[in-house]
Amino acid sequence: MLQESLALSGILFSIGVVGVLLRRNVIVIFMSIELMLNAVNLTFVALSRSAGIEGQLFVIFVMTVAAAEAAIGLAIIISIFRHYESVDIRKFRLLRW
Amino acid sequence: MDLSQLVFYLCAGLAVASSVLMITRKNPVYSAMFLVLTLFSLAAIYVLLNAHFLAALQVLVYAGAILVLFLFVIMLLNLGHDVEPDVRPLIAWVFGGGLGLVLLAELVVALRTVEATPGVDLLSVWFQEKGAVAGVAEPLFRTQLIAVEVAGLLLLVAMVGAVVLAKRKS
Repeated sequence: MLQESLALSGILFSIGVVGVLLRRNVIVIFMSIELMLNAVNLTFVALSRSAGIEGQLFVIFVMTVAAAEAAIGLAIIISIFRHYESVDIRKFRLLRW
Repeated sequence: MDLSQLVFYLCAGLAVASSVLMITRKNPVYSAMFLVLTLFSLAAIYVLLNAHFLAALQVLVYAGAILVLFLFVIMLLNLGHDVEPDVRPLIAWVFGGGLGLVLLAELVVALRTVEATPGVDLLSVWFQEKGAVAGVAEPLFRTQLIAVEVAGLLLLVAMVGAVVLAKRKS
């Protein structure tokens, strides 16, 4: 099942990249990033079967970072939305608001 | 083909289909729902890959916490209705899809170098000895203790940062 899992994680990662490239809604772009993190987690879990438990430990840290990243990113989105009244990525041109 | 392989292919197909639907729906609420479906099928695959604790964690943290945060923000910003089509035009689809296919080919080539037959299944023996939670927790707190502390600090910083960023300036 190792090869199939690795293929699945590659497919999911590519779908995430395509989502980031094709969407303009900042929230959907964020979800695509979460999908890419999950694809990497799947690689870790699949390889940890033959390489040892460390892969599963690393997935826990990836999940921690993903949770922190989601909280910060959504706070930034709320903060930008107050200024521009939109979540369209084309309208975000300035770093200060 | 035995049962576990059948379940694996079912979950893999579900994950791919719902993630494709996720990036093509106009309404962000639908996207969030399809992301939940993807995460659940990934949790089922984790169970098949001997990672029971991570499967529980996936459901709790991703489907429970992060997706609720997403839905909460979508509804807070009132984005659920009168959605404008935000998908880029056709030329971008060709370009983005082509780039995605190139990346997929690269990943397949890179991942094929992993040998097909893993020698011994280390983890099922390990988890039978220790149990599903202790098998993860023991090496986590023995060998990665500093990383656990740093992760806790990271969560604290993220919490404070989220509050500061989302606060209305008065």
